[in-house]
Amino acid sequence: MIRRLVILLWASMLALASTTPVGAQSREPILVPDISEHDIVLRQGFTGADLLLFGVILDPGGGRMQGNYDVVVVLKGPSEEIQLREKGRLLGTIWVNAQSTAYRSVPSFYAVASSRPIADIVDERTAAIYELGLPYLQLSPTGSIDPEEQARFSAGLVDLRERQGLYAQYETGVTVREGVLYRARLPIPSNVIPGRYVAETFAIADGRVITSATSEVDVRKEGFEGVVAEEAEDNSFLYGLFAVGLSVFMGWAAGRLFALV
Amino acid sequence: MDVYLPIANLAVDGLVIILLGLATGILSGVFGVGGGFLTTPLLIFYGIPPTVAAASAATQVTGASVSGVFAHSRNNGVDYQIGLVIVAGGMLGALVGAGLFNVLRSIGQIDTVINILYVLLLGTIGGLMLREALQTLGVFDTKGEKGRAAKRRHHPWIAALPYRWRFYRSGLYISPIAPMILGLVVGVLTMLMGVGGGFIMVPAMLYILGMSAKVVVGTSLFNILFITMLVTMVHAFTTRAVDIVLAGLLLLGSVTGAQLGTRIAQFAKPEYLRIGLGLIVVIIALRMAFGLTVTPDEVYSVVPL
Repeated sequence: MIRRLVILLWASMLALASTTPVGAQSREPILVPDISEHDIVLRQGFTGADLLLFGVILDPGGGRMQGNYDVVVVLKGPSEEIQLREKGRLLGTIWVNAQSTAYRSVPSFYAVASSRPIADIVDERTAAIYELGLPYLQLSPTGSIDPEEQARFSAGLVDLRERQGLYAQYETGVTVREGVLYRARLPIPSNVIPGRYVAETFAIADGRVITSATSEVDVRKEGFEGVVAEEAEDNSFLYGLFAVGLSVFMGWAAGRLFALV
Repeated sequence: MDVYLPIANLAVDGLVIILLGLATGILSGVFGVGGGFLTTPLLIFYGIPPTVAAASAATQVTGASVSGVFAHSRNNGVDYQIGLVIVAGGMLGALVGAGLFNVLRSIGQIDTVINILYVLLLGTIGGLMLREALQTLGVFDTKGEKGRAAKRRHHPWIAALPYRWRFYRSGLYISPIAPMILGLVVGVLTMLMGVGGGFIMVPAMLYILGMSAKVVVGTSLFNILFITMLVTMVHAFTTRAVDIVLAGLLLLGSVTGAQLGTRIAQFAKPEYLRIGLGLIVVIIALRMAFGLTVTPDEVYSVVPL
């Protein structure tokens, strides 16, 4: 299947390259990314998904790239404004929420995969610019607390979300075949929120990003689940009445059924 | 059986939820309590967000109490008059509770308050229940207390309140303010903890109001039914955290369990039932007290802004 994919993509690349006027060609390598699924529907039976991010990288002329390069793929979920609370000991006995900090835009989901450990591919500055890797996520905290505390909170947030499966880093998650076709498998847990997910692919050589491209995944609730989520938001009164009605009916029905036994 | 919960935004094992409902349903059938005091903590333990757990547990308790109310009303076991007074207080309490809930949530202390309330209430009531049941069985030496003079009908404070009404079925001539305050207190707790409050209501009706034992359980269930309905509505409006799929699964288990429990209750000795309930309640209270003092699994928590 992979072989067929390579041939197909290569053929389309060559076709693209040959139709492009020579003068309009940039010096940038060609990067065509794609994702195994562009729609993820959250509905009954959804327990998570495995997304295959793949694509081809060719030199500007349409041939195989000269020299070594690395590939990093980043999949990011919609950003949220959140407050992060930290528990502390009250009077040395019980644990209560003590300190908190707010963030203006935190990705609800973030997964990164690379062909080699990111530290070996780029320096810290480049990693920070392109947000490559969990330590370089830009969480944009609001409010003014000192950097040390900020770092502690951010580490706490990343750790929490890693254990929830919402943040992940796969140091050797990308395989590059024949120097042309790359692919990476990123698991999506069931607790993702709906929205537009953006997959960004970077080709990196000598510590510099030589080209990048994006593609998108639409995560949404549909059918029954979509209706439920929508009604709970928009028609709170009817939704509440329905919940009450359902519970009264089920209680009554069970009583009736058992009276027959 | 994987089930996706559209409001909680995650997939759970539906069978686990149904069994959880069944277990709490059996308890509610056997002991005449709603079972919410078990559902909420167990759901949170299973990974459901606390607000969704509390809101959906309230919906479940409605279902579990419906058949109980029908059964008791057939045997004249519901005093509608005092019941409506308590419900009126409860509705006020639920609204007060909703306000408190939002304030506590915005300052980030709702979980701690819920946990402390659980520890204090369950610990006290479970302890009292155990003591009383063991005394009835003659485990403790109760000579000293037996010497007490004729039993009071109700607490002296109740007798001091003005505007007395007659509540025939309860056999009471008291001020409606007393049951109203009781309803209010339980209403606040229901909103905050997602519990029906039967485990507070029943002892309070017996020992503080002095209601006739015949109508206590039925009237308590009658109140729970209305208050949990209102709480579901309030949650649907304010927190929007009622997960109908989660509630449906819980209901499936708990309405069945409630029926089974009612049958079990007919065969078991009441003293043993009370010891059983007392033990369960005390164990949960101790577990929660322990949970408050040990280093939590998650030091950090995220709330949307």
